Amino acid sequence: MAARRFPEATPRRGRTACIPVLFGLLVLAIIVSVAVGAVVLPLPRVLRALLLPTAPGVEATDATIVWDIRFGRVLLAALLGTGLAVSGTALQGLFRNPLADPFVIGASSGAALGASLAIVTGIGPVSLAAFAGSLLAVAAAYSIAEIGGVVPATALLLAGAALNTFLSAIVSLVMLFNEQSAYAVLNWLLGGLSGRSWPHLWASLPYLAIGLGLIWLLSRPLDALAFGDETAQSLGLPLGWARVAIVAAASLTTAAAVSAGGTIGFVGLIAPHAARLLVGAEHARLIPASALLGALLLLLADDVARTILAPLELPAGVITAALGGPFFLYLLKTRQRDLGAQR
Amino acid sequence: MNRLSAQHLTCAYSKHTVLHDLSLAVQAGEVLALLGPNGAGKTTLLRTLARLLRPRAGNVLLAGDDIWRLRPRTAAQRLALAPQSESMTTPVTIEQAVALGRAPHRGWLLPYTARDRQVIEQALEQTGLQALRHRFITELSGGEQRRVILARALAQEPHVLLLDEPTTHLDLRYQAELLALIQRLAQQDGIAIVVTLHDLNHAALCATSVALLARGTLVALGSPADVLTPERLSQVYGVTVVVTPHPVYGTPMVAPVFTTSRASQNTVSQDFVEGRE
Repeated sequence: MAARRFPEATPRRGRTACIPVLFGLLVLAIIVSVAVGAVVLPLPRVLRALLLPTAPGVEATDATIVWDIRFGRVLLAALLGTGLAVSGTALQGLFRNPLADPFVIGASSGAALGASLAIVTGIGPVSLAAFAGSLLAVAAAYSIAEIGGVVPATALLLAGAALNTFLSAIVSLVMLFNEQSAYAVLNWLLGGLSGRSWPHLWASLPYLAIGLGLIWLLSRPLDALAFGDETAQSLGLPLGWARVAIVAAASLTTAAAVSAGGTIGFVGLIAPHAARLLVGAEHARLIPASALLGALLLLLADDVARTILAPLELPAGVITAALGGPFFLYLLKTRQRDLGAQR
Repeated sequence: MNRLSAQHLTCAYSKHTVLHDLSLAVQAGEVLALLGPNGAGKTTLLRTLARLLRPRAGNVLLAGDDIWRLRPRTAAQRLALAPQSESMTTPVTIEQAVALGRAPHRGWLLPYTARDRQVIEQALEQTGLQALRHRFITELSGGEQRRVILARALAQEPHVLLLDEPTTHLDLRYQAELLALIQRLAQQDGIAIVVTLHDLNHAALCATSVALLARGTLVALGSPADVLTPERLSQVYGVTVVVTPHPVYGTPMVAPVFTTSRASQNTVSQDFVEGRE
C-alpha cells in the first residue's frame, strides 16, 4: 500500500465548527424555503409571519401561506432528509460498506410494495402500508440471513439485495396489471413531498425521533465496528445486540421517512459521505453533521422540485438523484481515499 | 493465581478439530510465546483465549473466572487482544482509534474522562505514535497500523495481553523495539502476555516460557532453552536446524540448515548440523 505522506500531521481541530455552521445554514435554508413558491414573500415578511403570525400588521394571507402551506412541508423535508441521512450513516457503519444506504436491506422495496398495494386496492392509508411494508421487508431479510442466532453482515447485505430485486419485481407486476393506478404508484415510487404537510410531519416525527436518538446513542459501538466485528467484540461489544439495535433503529427511521415521502434516493448515500469529508468518521460528530447535511440536501431539492417548473411539481426524489449523482461522482473522482473507497 | 489459564481445551471449526485437550497457564509478569508450524492452531488458541471462539470442551479462566461467564465488557476490562490485522478503511485519526481502547472501562455512552485521556496518551507514547496522532489511519503503512492496534490494546489497561504475530510487517528496528516493549510491559507493569510468533528467535529473546504446538496438540511447554532444542524443532518443523547461544544474551538462537541442493553448494560442516560442535 503506497501511503500518501503528510510531513506535517494535519490537525483536525476546527472541523467541529462545521456542525454549528451547518446548523446556521439549515435555519437560513428553512427561512428561504418558506419564502419561495408560487408567491415569493420578502424575508422580513416571512420572519414576521413565522414568529408573530397573530400580531397586528401581519397580513392574514402571509400567515396562511407561511404556516398552513409552506412551513409544515419545509420542516418535513428537513426531517425526512435527516432521517434518511442518519439511517444511511448507521448502515454504512454497520456494514463497513461505502455503498450502503437506508434501502440496502429491503426497506425501500418493502415500502414500495406496501404503498402500491394500498394505492391499487384503495384499502387503508398509503403511508401506513408503506411503513408496515418497510419494517416487514427488513425483518424478512434479517431472519433469512440469520443462522443459529448469528447474522453475518455479508449475509444480511445479500439477503437485502435479493429481497429488493424480488419485491421490486412484484411492484412492477402490480403496476402492469393495474394500469389505471400505475401513474399514482410511479409517482409514489419517485418520492416527493407534494401535498405533504403537518399531518405527515406529526405522524412520522415520533418514530424518527426514537430512531435518530437510538442511532446517536450507538455512536461508539459504530466506531468500534469500523475496525471489524472481532475487534468490536474484543473491546467488549455484545455484537449480536449491537447489530439488532442498529438495524432496528435504522429501519424504524427509514420506514418513517419513506412512509411520509416515498423512496427518495441518494440523500441517504451521499449525505454521510459528504459529512465524513467535513468532520471525519467518528460517529458522535459524523451523525449530527450527516443529519444536518441530509436536511439541507432534501430541503433544497424540494425547493427546486416545487419551483423549477411551477406550477408543475417534480418529485423531489428525481432532483436528489439528478443532483446527487453527479456530485457523488465528483467526490469519488477527487476524494476517493477520504471516502474509504480505496484500499 | 494464574492470570489466564486454559484447561483441557478442545476447539473445532464445524467438524474439523483444530485443538486437542490443550492446557496451559500464564502468570503476572510472564511472557508465554505460542510457537508452531503453519496450521498448528496458534491463532485458534489465541482466539479462544480472547473469548472470540467458544471451545467445544474445556475452559478458559481469566483470574479464576470462566471467561464465558463474564460479561463481554468485564472480560475486555481485564484482557486485550491485538490481532494481526483489522479493517482500516474508515478515516478516523490514530488518536480516535486508540481512544476506543477505553470503551470497556468507560462504557458505550459516557464521554472519556481526564484519566482516559492520560491512559490514551501513555499508550501513544509507548508505541511511538504521539507525533502521528492526527493522521488518518487510512494513510498508514503496515507497520504503523500494527502499532495503532497495539496502542489501542494497551489503552485497555489489560491484566492479560494477547498478541497475534506482532512482529510481522515490522522492520528490524521496530521488531527490536517491540520485543523490548513486550519485556517491559511484563516486567515493569506486571502484565501477563501471550504472544504467537513465527520467528523462534523473537520468542527466545522475549519469552519467559514457550509452548510449542503441532497439529493442534501441545508438544512441549517450558523455558525457551528447554523447549527450543534442535531435535524437537527438526521433528516439529520438518527442517534441519542448528541452535546456538545468542552472542549477547546466551538465549537460544535458531537457524535452519538446508539439507538438499544448498547443502551441496555451500559446504556445511556435518558435525555442526548434528549439533556436535
